[in-house]
Amino acid sequence: MKSLDQTLALAWRSLVQVRRNPWELGDYSIQPILFLVLFLYVFGGAVAGSTEAYLPFVLPGVIAMNMLFVTVYVGHGLNTDLTRGVFDRFRALPIPRWAPLAGRILADLLKQALCIALLLIVGVLLGFRIETSVWEVLAMVALVLIFASAASWIMVLVGVLSRDPEHVQLFGFTALFPVTFVSTAFVPLETMPAVLQPFVQANPVSLLADASRALLSGGDALEPALWTLVWAAAIAVLFAPLSVWALNRRLARG
Amino acid sequence: MGSAIRLQGLVRSYNGTRAVDGVDLEVLSGSILGLLGPNGAGKTTIVRVLSTLITPDAGTAEVGGFDVVRDAARVREIIGLTGQYASVDEKLTGRENLLLIARLLGLGRGGARRRADELLGQFHLLDAANRPVQTYSGGMRRRLDLAASLVGNPAILFLDEPTTGLDPRARRDLWSLVGELREQGTTVLLTTQYLDEADALADRIVVLDRGRIIAEGTSAELKERVGGRSLFVVVADTARLDDAAGAIAPIVGEHPQARDNTLSVAVTSSAVVPTVLRALDQAGIEVVELGLRTASLDDVFLALTGHAAEVTSETAEEGA
Repeated sequence: MKSLDQTLALAWRSLVQVRRNPWELGDYSIQPILFLVLFLYVFGGAVAGSTEAYLPFVLPGVIAMNMLFVTVYVGHGLNTDLTRGVFDRFRALPIPRWAPLAGRILADLLKQALCIALLLIVGVLLGFRIETSVWEVLAMVALVLIFASAASWIMVLVGVLSRDPEHVQLFGFTALFPVTFVSTAFVPLETMPAVLQPFVQANPVSLLADASRALLSGGDALEPALWTLVWAAAIAVLFAPLSVWALNRRLARG
Repeated sequence: MGSAIRLQGLVRSYNGTRAVDGVDLEVLSGSILGLLGPNGAGKTTIVRVLSTLITPDAGTAEVGGFDVVRDAARVREIIGLTGQYASVDEKLTGRENLLLIARLLGLGRGGARRRADELLGQFHLLDAANRPVQTYSGGMRRRLDLAASLVGNPAILFLDEPTTGLDPRARRDLWSLVGELREQGTTVLLTTQYLDEADALADRIVVLDRGRIIAEGTSAELKERVGGRSLFVVVADTARLDDAAGAIAPIVGEHPQARDNTLSVAVTSSAVVPTVLRALDQAGIEVVELGLRTASLDDVFLALTGHAAEVTSETAEEGA
């Protein structure tokens, strides 16, 4: 009970920070809307024949992309705490060792949920119609959040290994852009060169986007959703222990 | 109650070099100990071991009777830590920073707010309480950092170079706050590179150089060790400083130390004063001020280490 309160206090702190970090705030609000509107009206006609036809395709893609970009702030925030000595202050307090990380990931999930809601609302305002039940929409949100919490562990590792917060951002975005774009997030699989297609098909971003589309507009959601969960489990199993090990090593050294 | 902090044979290495090389230390309850030394002397390493942030390679460390490795959780309940760099959250306001710590320490909503306001008042931060810390001056940050480490009323407080990089006025402010802690009976371990700071605040001083203790005692005892008094001469024209030193050296039997426009040298007898004055007069050097004073900790440091204290406010004591 006490450690839950402490985790909540740390999560509260991560959320309050956003107010004074205009860059981060933009990444949760203006940037996803901008991406959605740009993709929709610039590429919509070329990719799908019309913006109306492209909207149900691109909206889940933008949701998946934005989810990945938001996870970068897990690593960014952790690294800031490590390099500025805030993490040391927490470690000298009588709180569980895992509380600072747990608070950060909890706050991240809240930010993620708000971003998904924002994109769905903007999508609806632009003409998107949800064809499925409330439960399927909730399943889609849950799927994105589960994948986000797994992907966060990769960013924890990046946050631990980076020299400063700027390097986290640099690494985060240079790695995330290819992963996001070599997927079916924005264009159908068939339009890409044959050599690229196996990568696109195996890419969890493709699987997540495909599953989200089916959960919002109908179609076979089960297969891509299950594969997304397999990816999430694999990432978590590999990166959670690795990140914690790297963090403890960094802390023991200094 | 006896000793609040006890170190025995503490050793801690970084990348193969021993930052702390066999240190024994005891701090009595309710007293202020000044850990004095240049960059890389091992001061920060000792503080990090005592505050449970790193474990020792050898030796034992006890805080409030608890072992810092075996009973780390108990130690964390009774200590406060103020690091070399203000470890407060820049994106939060001063009040939010204190509220966060209070909540983490288990205070309820109302209790946390009262404690935060109390500390903001005590540390003269009420006007800035609702501004983000990134707009604070260096002195305000340090005060907030100190306030944050006092939220839980710790019995034992570690201050790691609390005034490094501060302007003289902000230093004085912080000094008087530490003085208030002394009156409340808080045990303080303070590290500093500033000799005057140890002199002003600490009941006892431990001088550290390259991971080892090279001297300890009260400031008066340490000064005693270099022979009591030193002669100082302030010259009007800095260009004549070397000439003045040349004139004084044969009389006192040692070459004086120069800093700015002042020369100083340890002397055994006050009888040299008129002789020195005459010699300077004959050399045509205009003297602004000349006199005897008790040896400063600067003199002590020089005598003990063979090198002057490096008072560098900007350089970090990286990993040491």
